[in-house]
Amino acid sequence: MISGGAFQTALRSAAILAAFTAVSAVALSGFHIWTRPMIETSLRAKKTSAIAEVLPASLYDNDLFCDIFDPESIPEYPPNAPAAVYRARKGGKPAALVVETAANDGYGGKIGLLIGLRADGTLIGVRVTEHHETPGLGDYIDLKKDKNRKRPWITQFDGLSLDNPPEREWKVKKDGGRFDSVAGATISPRAVVKAVRNTLKFVARHRDALYDEKNVREEKGKRCDAPR
Amino acid sequence: MIFRAKIREIFSNGLWKQNSSLVQTLGLCPLLAVTTNIVNGAMLSLATILVAGLASFSVSGLRRLIPREIRIPIFIMIAATLVTLIDQCMASFFSGIHNVLGIFIPLIITNCIVLARIEAFAAKNGPLLSFLDGVSTGAGMLWTLVLLGGMRELLGNGTLFSGIESVLPAFSEFRILPESWPGFLLFTLPPGAFILLAFMIAGKNWLAARHAGQAPSQNSANC
Repeated sequence: MISGGAFQTALRSAAILAAFTAVSAVALSGFHIWTRPMIETSLRAKKTSAIAEVLPASLYDNDLFCDIFDPESIPEYPPNAPAAVYRARKGGKPAALVVETAANDGYGGKIGLLIGLRADGTLIGVRVTEHHETPGLGDYIDLKKDKNRKRPWITQFDGLSLDNPPEREWKVKKDGGRFDSVAGATISPRAVVKAVRNTLKFVARHRDALYDEKNVREEKGKRCDAPR
Repeated sequence: MIFRAKIREIFSNGLWKQNSSLVQTLGLCPLLAVTTNIVNGAMLSLATILVAGLASFSVSGLRRLIPREIRIPIFIMIAATLVTLIDQCMASFFSGIHNVLGIFIPLIITNCIVLARIEAFAAKNGPLLSFLDGVSTGAGMLWTLVLLGGMRELLGNGTLFSGIESVLPAFSEFRILPESWPGFLLFTLPPGAFILLAFMIAGKNWLAARHAGQAPSQNSANC
């Protein structure tokens, strides 16, 4: 038997805990609704400036955020395929793609990448957007951390394509390929080279679907014109 | 006057006598992960000052409503709610600072300093003193992490204030040791932080023992 007093106390504690939870939940959801548009705007600004590094503004005239590829239009979309593909067009014609992807085999786990490539398949540029590589060792894959200011490591991708160099040379020099790496820190560049090569292969295989205007991702609550 | 003495005691405890990193050795996980340079250490500490101050203030203001038996879940809920609100607030109004500080704010929830100060101080004292207690605890962490981050950065990379340009764009890092400094990788990695922290704790104990002319006091248990 539970004595009346103890039961009362337990009930009172439960009610107080529930009240605190309710207040917290209301505060959190109210705040979320209030701040979400502002947070989205600043995230958008951040992404826009990141994209600008791999896609010159002169190359396109459409709104990239209203022209994101819909992954469901490729049957059995591979799990390691790009997280998002922005389609850049000029005068309605395919101009370039900006691919948001990741290398999952960095020394410190996931390396986020932004890859810009022209419609003819040549790379405009590659940037590391997120990484956990060892500071001062493997982090030279990140342009901001690269000590080689004259010719940063990540810029050696500029202008390359899937057949320049040939596919079997899309490796770091240590593995018999074409790409430089710093001695003692080859895991990070190896992961990046592999991810860029895989992206080029993916784009080559699905080029038509990737540029197809019908395959546009539905954006919830966004002010985009409906695709014609 | 008693109030003033109390404030002095709060700051002397937070900054030195009960320093969260050197004496209580609380929150070592974020400490080791973050102090690869001065800027990161300072940023985590500033975020902690903000969160610890506000969490202690709110709990203290609500302390008469919180039954003893269920105080811990309520404390955690208040602290977690506050951290989320501060995070969202910063993301929408100070997105520049949030880009820099953003990754550190959710980390604070995993730091038991906030909960420790709530339980040990804010649950028994008024809101203003509790706020100051949280701030002084964070301030104690600030100088410790800046010192630790500075040593690691200097030995590991030969620089100081690397990454400052993301906080204060007008500044850039200082190269202290020559460009040819090969870098001492151990100090860049967490084990180096452990070793240097041990030296700092030993140094602090030595100073305290010399000051008091007695044996160093025992450190309290870690969490």
